[in-house]
Amino acid sequence: MDNIQVLLQAPVFNLQLLIDGLLIGAIFALAAYGMALVWGVMNVINIAQGEFVMLGGYVTVYLSLAGMHPLLTIPVAFVALFVLGWVLYRGVIFRVVDKDLFISILATFGLSILLQQLANELFGADVRTAESGLDTVFLAGGTVTVAQIKLVAFAAAIVLGFALMLFLKNSRLGQAIRATAQNARAARILGIDTDRVYATTYALNAAICGAAGALVAMTWIIHPYLGLTYTVRAFMIVIVAGLGNLLGIIFSGAGLGISEQYAGFVLGAEFQTAFLFSLLVVILVVRNLSLKRKRKYLK
Amino acid sequence: MNDGTIRGALYVVVASIGLVAPMLFPDYTIQLAFLWLMVLFALTWDILGGQMGYNSFGNILFFGLGCYVTAVLQRDTELGFFVSLAAGMGLSVVVAVAAAAILGPLILAMRGHYFAICTLGLGIAVADIFAGWDYVGAGSGIVPRLYPGDVADRNYFYYYLLFALAVAAFVTLRVLYRSRFGLAINAIRDDEDKAEAMGIHTTRYKVAAWMVAAFFLGLAGGPVAGLVGFVDPRDLAFAGPTFGVWMVLMAILGGKGTLWGPVIGAVIFHITQEVFWTYFLGWQRVMLGLLIVLIVVFFPMGIMGWLRENRPQWFGEVVRGTAEAKAGERAA
Repeated sequence: MDNIQVLLQAPVFNLQLLIDGLLIGAIFALAAYGMALVWGVMNVINIAQGEFVMLGGYVTVYLSLAGMHPLLTIPVAFVALFVLGWVLYRGVIFRVVDKDLFISILATFGLSILLQQLANELFGADVRTAESGLDTVFLAGGTVTVAQIKLVAFAAAIVLGFALMLFLKNSRLGQAIRATAQNARAARILGIDTDRVYATTYALNAAICGAAGALVAMTWIIHPYLGLTYTVRAFMIVIVAGLGNLLGIIFSGAGLGISEQYAGFVLGAEFQTAFLFSLLVVILVVRNLSLKRKRKYLK
Repeated sequence: MNDGTIRGALYVVVASIGLVAPMLFPDYTIQLAFLWLMVLFALTWDILGGQMGYNSFGNILFFGLGCYVTAVLQRDTELGFFVSLAAGMGLSVVVAVAAAAILGPLILAMRGHYFAICTLGLGIAVADIFAGWDYVGAGSGIVPRLYPGDVADRNYFYYYLLFALAVAAFVTLRVLYRSRFGLAINAIRDDEDKAEAMGIHTTRYKVAAWMVAAFFLGLAGGPVAGLVGFVDPRDLAFAGPTFGVWMVLMAILGGKGTLWGPVIGAVIFHITQEVFWTYFLGWQRVMLGLLIVLIVVFFPMGIMGWLRENRPQWFGEVVRGTAEAKAGERAA
């Protein structure tokens, strides 16, 4: 708890935590946007979300080792994960789309373990990162540091998020996706191939996560076991913001990023994961209690 | 030979296999002890997952509490081995059941998938808290008291203890499922709102069901800690990626919502794992992920569910509407 004293005595550290939290929060928001898309359209909660992030990160790590600039690997990660998402949909997910929600949770949970362990066997358990070669910006007389790549990644996440929103709003395929989300049966009657819409949605989600993972690999670290933390973050953000609310997702992403930075600083790094998962439990319990109060009020 | 005698004979056969198995295969006593642990895991998971329709990923929490409470009590007191183990198991039950009673009303009020993900988070959060908490040895774990005697005796002791626990869990659940309690939790699974409208205090039953699971999982923690000889926060006590997932998988493989399903699933899963997984050295967790996907997607009804569909006469169900079969059904 000594660290709280530090924060009070040197307010400039707060700025550092706020900036770091905000910048990482945009990447969390991107993964959450994908999760909300799949949840809203297909009624599937994709537990393998974080594994897509992790795999996207590995695409960037290996391509940048081969000499590509990390920023140029974002589209590659996007396309590679799109293909993986499509394959997984055709192989597994289409069988569980209209089943009980728990079946799809368990199936994607199995996929998550499968991908995580495959990554562990293929890429090794080491912590990896992709060097961007960009400078660091010093603020407030050198006490606050911001790596330029974090700013670039933040901008890229925001641009990607809005591009997706425009795509869903204006393109034919985006309209088909939204129509299927509203009423799959009516969409089918109107001639929309909902199975293809589902496949595209799932693949698009994987691609978004892949791009987010590329940004994670550039700005932070990746290793095979970080998948579940990203899934849980995405889930929390969607719970707080609601489905299909882009601004809400961005704000909750930033909020989550900032609170995680503070928790890591105050409680120490060994409790950062514990904080994240405890926060999940707390958010769900609070949400449930407030729903209960609302129900009582209606009675 | 009627159904009753067949069933009675089955119980006698299973019980006697359990009693003599470590004498026949003394080298495998530890694996056999773990077999009964797996049976207990699957049975207690199925109380909520199968019978009540609440799929928990966090039941491992109670087992971990049992491991830690027993190990800490053995570390911090001067009692003799057997007294300290008994006291530790007693205290574990109190802690685990209290945890279920406190968390239950908060978490079990969530429906379906929210409950599943919340318990998943709960299990991992507790594992990480124990892995960072210095009082319980943090990441380096804690060593429970050693058994006073040679290794073979120790293995026999823990084997029979776990066997007794698994049998006790089975018998308790058999009685519970046939009582009003069983009907109530089945009603909650089928339609919770209707059950509540019929006057069942659903929250009370749900919490009680979780407390029963916590009771047996808490009891099992101490003996397993002693058998392994070392409590690691992530690899033994709160081993979500192994035990926590296995208990779900075993219950589904055997057939959830049945009494024998989890037992059969646990036996098949454990034997498969012990016999075959050495061939996939290093890849066994990849296989686990693949297995989950395959079972969930292609075989969600489990062995008992499959048998019920394809061999209904084994369950005393009517195949063709003869008067005799109908009378049998009415009597049952």
